Amino acid sequence: MTAPAPAPALQARGIVKAFPGIVANDRVDFDVRPGEIHALLGENGAGKSTLMNILAGLYRPDAGEILLDGRPIAFRSPREAIAAGLGMVHQHFTLVPSQSVTENILLGLDRPRFRLQVGKSEAEVGRLAAQFGMRVDPRAKIWQLSVGEQQRVEILKMLYRGARILIMDEPTAVLAPQEIEELFRTLRSMTADGRSVVFISHKLGEVMAIADRITVMRRGRVTAAGISTADTSKTDLARRMVGREVLERLERTPYAPGDVILAVQDVHADNDRGLPALRGVSLDVRAGEIVGMAAVAGNGQSELAQVITGLRACRGSVTMGGEQVANRPAGQAIARGIAHVPEDRTGVGSSPNLSVADNLIMKRYRAAPVARGWFIDDTAARRLAEGLKNEYAIATPSIDTEARLLSGGNLQRLIFAREIDSGPRLMVAVQPTRGLDVGAIEAVHRVLLERRAAGTAILLISEDLDEILSLADRVDVMYEGKVVGSFGAAEADIHAIGLLMTGGGGGDMDASAAPSTAAPPVSAGR
Amino acid sequence: MTLRLELRTDAPRWWSGALTIMAVVFALTASGLVIAAVGGDPIRAYLHIFEAAFGSVGVISDTLVKATPLILTGLACSLAFRMRLWNIGAEGQFLLGAWGAAAVVLAPILPAGTPAIVVIPVMMLAGALAGGLWGFIPGILRARLGVNEIISTLMLNYIALSWVQFWVFGPWSEGGFQQTRPFPPEAWLPRLTDLAEAYPVLGGLTVHLGLIFGIVAAAVMWVVLERTRWGYEIRLLGDSPRAARYAGIDIKQKIVVIFIISGALAGLAGMSEVSGVVHRLQDRISPGYGFTAIIIAYLARFGPFRVIVASILFGALILAGREIQPSGIPAMIQGFILFSLIASDVLVRYRIRIHRQSPVVT
Amino acid sequence: MDPTTILAAGVASGTVLLFAAIGEIFAERAGVLNLGVEGMMLIGAVAGFSATVTTGDPWIGVVVAMLAGGLLSLVHGVVTIHLRADQVVSGLALTFLGTGLARVLGEGLSSSRAASLPFLTIPVISDVPVIGPIFFTHQSVLAYVGYLLVPLAWYWIARTRPGLHLRAVGEYPAAADAQGIDVYRLRYAYVFVGGLLAGLAGASITLAISPGWFGDQTVNGRGWIAVGLVIFAQWSPLRAAFGALLFGALIRFILDIQGVGVILGVPNPFQAGRSATFFLEMLPYVMVILVVILGSRQAARKRLGAPAALGRPYVRGERGA
Repeated sequence: MTAPAPAPALQARGIVKAFPGIVANDRVDFDVRPGEIHALLGENGAGKSTLMNILAGLYRPDAGEILLDGRPIAFRSPREAIAAGLGMVHQHFTLVPSQSVTENILLGLDRPRFRLQVGKSEAEVGRLAAQFGMRVDPRAKIWQLSVGEQQRVEILKMLYRGARILIMDEPTAVLAPQEIEELFRTLRSMTADGRSVVFISHKLGEVMAIADRITVMRRGRVTAAGISTADTSKTDLARRMVGREVLERLERTPYAPGDVILAVQDVHADNDRGLPALRGVSLDVRAGEIVGMAAVAGNGQSELAQVITGLRACRGSVTMGGEQVANRPAGQAIARGIAHVPEDRTGVGSSPNLSVADNLIMKRYRAAPVARGWFIDDTAARRLAEGLKNEYAIATPSIDTEARLLSGGNLQRLIFAREIDSGPRLMVAVQPTRGLDVGAIEAVHRVLLERRAAGTAILLISEDLDEILSLADRVDVMYEGKVVGSFGAAEADIHAIGLLMTGGGGGDMDASAAPSTAAPPVSAGR
Repeated sequence: MTLRLELRTDAPRWWSGALTIMAVVFALTASGLVIAAVGGDPIRAYLHIFEAAFGSVGVISDTLVKATPLILTGLACSLAFRMRLWNIGAEGQFLLGAWGAAAVVLAPILPAGTPAIVVIPVMMLAGALAGGLWGFIPGILRARLGVNEIISTLMLNYIALSWVQFWVFGPWSEGGFQQTRPFPPEAWLPRLTDLAEAYPVLGGLTVHLGLIFGIVAAAVMWVVLERTRWGYEIRLLGDSPRAARYAGIDIKQKIVVIFIISGALAGLAGMSEVSGVVHRLQDRISPGYGFTAIIIAYLARFGPFRVIVASILFGALILAGREIQPSGIPAMIQGFILFSLIASDVLVRYRIRIHRQSPVVT
Repeated sequence: MDPTTILAAGVASGTVLLFAAIGEIFAERAGVLNLGVEGMMLIGAVAGFSATVTTGDPWIGVVVAMLAGGLLSLVHGVVTIHLRADQVVSGLALTFLGTGLARVLGEGLSSSRAASLPFLTIPVISDVPVIGPIFFTHQSVLAYVGYLLVPLAWYWIARTRPGLHLRAVGEYPAAADAQGIDVYRLRYAYVFVGGLLAGLAGASITLAISPGWFGDQTVNGRGWIAVGLVIFAQWSPLRAAFGALLFGALIRFILDIQGVGVILGVPNPFQAGRSATFFLEMLPYVMVILVVILGSRQAARKRLGAPAALGRPYVRGERGA
C-alpha cells in the first residue's frame, strides 16, 4: 500500500470464509513483516478470529491463499502451522492445571523420545524465559499461576517450538494494566529478535500503543489495510471499526445513592481448593448505586460473589439491610431479594436441557402464583415465562425450547429477565458481558443503569476495566482477597487502579478498614 | 471421509420412542447371532420365550408376578438416575426389604395370630424402612463424605446377601435348610386365585396385591415429578447440580432423601416378593431383579409408566428364560439391550453427518 | 494361620486385583471410567479357561483371555469415546454383557479341567527372611509378572513422554488436542490396555489362583473391588499394589480362620459351617467402603483427585470438556 517494504513473513490474499448464515471473511488481505507488530482491530464478530484461525490452520478458507515466506501453504492442523514457525496464543489458555510449566511446554513435542529429563528441560525453559524478559517459574504448577503468568507459559510454549510469527488473540482481555505493559515489553523484545507478532484486539488505545501497523476489519471486510500507526488516529480507527463516529454513550441519571443495602465486614473464605481466597474483605453498596469491583482474575472476586449470594461458606459478617445473610442457604439470599447474574451462564446461571420456561421460573417456583401449595401451577408458570420472553425480547422459537439452544446474548437476556423480575434490592453481576457481541453488551449496560435508576444496589464484578469505569459510581479494587483501594467515579484513575490490581499499592492499610470515603452519601430527595 | 456428530435441535417426539424400539430389535438380533453361534436356534428361542410368557391367561399372570418386583425396583432406579445418582444397590435394598418384612413374622415383631389387616401394613412398613435404611447409607456417605455411590451401593449388595444368608442359615433356618419356615396366611398378600371360590375363572392366577403397589407407586411418582415443586427441583438437579444450588436447592439433603425413597421402593419390592410369592425368606429370592431394574429404568427413559411396560417385557424374559439353555442367554440379552439403548441415545441428541473431506474445527 | 502363609497367599490372590486395578488406572488416567471390569474379568476368565481346555496350553489361554477382555473393552470405547454415551451406564452395560456372554460361553465348562500356569520359587531371593517366603516362594508365574508391572506402570505414567500425554488427555484433553495429541486414539489405546489387563486378571483366576470355571461366581465381585481400589490408590500403581496385597491377604485370612477350631481358648464362632461366617464374608466389601472413604478424604486433604476429565466425553470446541 505504501512505500517499498520488506517482504512479508506471512501473507493472506483474498481469503473468503462463510459459515451458515454469515460471511465471516469476505476477500480479506493481510500480511505481517519480519520484526513488526501488526494489529488486527475490529469489534466482536468482525471476523478477526476467523481470519487468525485460518492462518493458524484451524479452519480452511473457502477461497484465497496463504503465503509463508512467499511460498503458498495449506496447514491441515495447528501442529503443522507451528512446525512451520507459526504459533497462536488463544484467548482461552489450553494448559493442564495439574502439570508444571515445563511439562505443559513439553506436551505434544516429539522430543524427548521416551524418558522425560525434567531437570534439563526446566533449565531450557528458564533460559528462554529470561531471554525475553518473562518472569515465570518452570517448576510451578499451572493452577498456582496468575492469569498473566499462564499467558507467559502459552507464549513460551510457542517460542520453545521455534515460532517466528506469533498470533495473539485478545491477549490483554484478562490482564491488569501493569501486566499489559509487561506483555508489551516481551512482545517488543521478540520483534527486536526478528520475530513477528499479529496482535488481535478491539481496544483502540492499546493498539495505538503497541502496533507498528494496523488493519481494521468490520463485518468480515477489511476497512483499513495495514496502515502505519503514525498515519492514523483513534477517531479515524473508531470510524473504520464501527462504521459510525460515535462510541457507546450511556444515559445515566444523576448519582443519588440511598441507604446501605449490602454491608460486607471483614469476610474470610476459602476457594474450591481450600486455599484462602478472601482475607478480610469489607465493602458496602447503597441503593441506587453501582459499585464496580476491579480485580485480575483469581483474586477472590468470584468467591466474594458466592459468599454474598449464599453459595459459599465464610467467616465474618455479610448483612442485607441490617440482617445477617452470611452462611445462610442460597434460598434465603433469593428470598431476601439478592439477584445474581453468575459468571458461568451455561453451567450455573441456567439449566441447559430444561426449557426456557423452566429456566425462567428457577427463582419463582417457591412462591405464588407459580407455586400452589406443593404443586406448580403450569398455566401461571407459562404466563410468567411468556411475559418475560416478550418484555426482554429473548429470541427463542418458544418457551419450550431447551435453554442450551439459545445464543450467548439471549441466554444472558434470559438470566437478566429472571433476576430482575424477582424485584431485587441487591444485584450481584459477575462478568455480565464477557463473550457477548456489541449489541448484547449495550443491552446489558442499559439494563444495569435502569436498575440503578430504579434504586437497586448493584455490585458489578468485571475484569473489563473500561466497563467498570463507564458504569460504576464507585470503584473498589481487590487484590489477593482484600479490598486494596476505593475510588469515586470522578477520581478513578486507570493507572492508579491498575497498580493496585497488581499488588503495587504498597500494602492495604487504608482500604479494607475504610471501604468508601470517596462518595459521601447524598440523600437526594426520594 | 469422517463421521461427525452435530447437535440436534429439532428431534421430534416420536424419534426417541422409535429409537428405543430399534435398539431392542438390534439387541435381539445381536443376541440371536450369539445363540446361533453356540449352536442354538434364535427364532425358536424367541418364539418359545413369547409363548412361555404370553401364551395363555395363566402364563400372563405369571409374567405379571415376575414384573411386580421389577416395577418397584425399576421405579427405585429411575428416581435415583433422574438425579444422576447411580443407585446400583436396588438388589441389596430389595433383600433388606424382604428381610425386614420377614422379621415382622419371624422375629416376631407382631404376635402370632395378628389379623392380616394389621400384619400386611406393618410388613410393608418394615420392608420399606429396611430398604430405606440400606439406601440411606450410600446417600449419607455420598452427601457428607463424597463417597462414590456406585461402589458403596454395589458393596452393600454383597453385604445384604451375606446378611440374609446369615439369618436363613442361622437363627431363622428351618431344620438346617437354607430357608425359613413359611409365613402364616395372615402374612400373605391377597392373590387373584384367593377369589377362586367366588369366581372359578381366577383359579390358579397368582397375581398378587404387589402389582397394585407398583402401579400406585408409578402414578404417585409421575404426579410428584411432573406436577410438584419437589419434582421440578429433581429435574433441575438432574440436569445441572450447579444451577440447582444457584437456585437455592439444598443438594445434600436431596441426595439423602432420594436415596432413602429409592431404597424404600426397592425394599417394598422385597416385601411384596416374600409376602406375595415366596411366603418365606430364603437366600436366593432374587434372580437379579435389582440389576435388571437398571436396564428397565433406561429402557423406560426414567418415565414411571414406561417402567411398567418395560417391567412386563423383562418379566417375560426372566420367566421364559428359566427354561432356555444356555442359562446365560437372558442376562446376555439384557446386556445387549442396555448397550444398544445407550448407543441409540446418541442419535436422539446428535445427528450424524458424513464428511468427504477432513473436518473443520469449530 | 501363619502370617507369612497368609501374606504369601495374599500375594497370590492380590495378583488378580492388581492386574485389574492397574488396567483401570490406565483407562481412568486417560479420562475414561470403565465400570465393566467385572464383566471383562469374567470374559477373560472364561475365554482363557476355555482356550486352555481346548489347546492344553495355559499360555495360549492367557493370550486369548487378554484379547477377549481387550475386545470387550473396545465396545465401551466406541460407545463412550465416539458416541459420547455416559461412561457410568456404559460400564454397567459392559458388566451385564460380559456376565451374560461369559455364562453362555462357559456353558458346560464347569466340569472341565485345564492345565495351570507354572509356580516358581526364585533360587537365592527366596531364602531372604520374610520377603523370600512371602513373595518369592512357590508363587504363580503371574505374580512375578505383577511385580514387574507395578514399577513399569508407575514409570510409564510419571516419567515418560507417553505418560505425560496420557496424563494430559485425562486432565485436560483440550490442551492435549491443541498440541496435536490425538485424544481419541490415546483414549482407545488405554481403554484397550485396561481391557487386556482385566482379561489377564480373569485368566489369573481360572488358570492360576483358583483353577476352574464356576459360572459367574468365578470372579464374585473382585472386579468391583478393583474399581474401589483405584479410588483408594488415588490413581497410583504403587498404592494399588499395596491395596491389592492387603485385600488379597484379607480374602485369604477369611478362608483360613474358618478352619480353626479354637481361638484364644474359646470355640471359634467363625468355624466353617457356622452361620457367623457370613459376617466374615461381608468383610472385604465393608473394607472396600472404608478404604474408599479413606481414599476420598485423603484425596480431599492433599488436593489430589481423580483425573479432572474423568467421565467426560471429549468434544472438540466444547470448552472444559
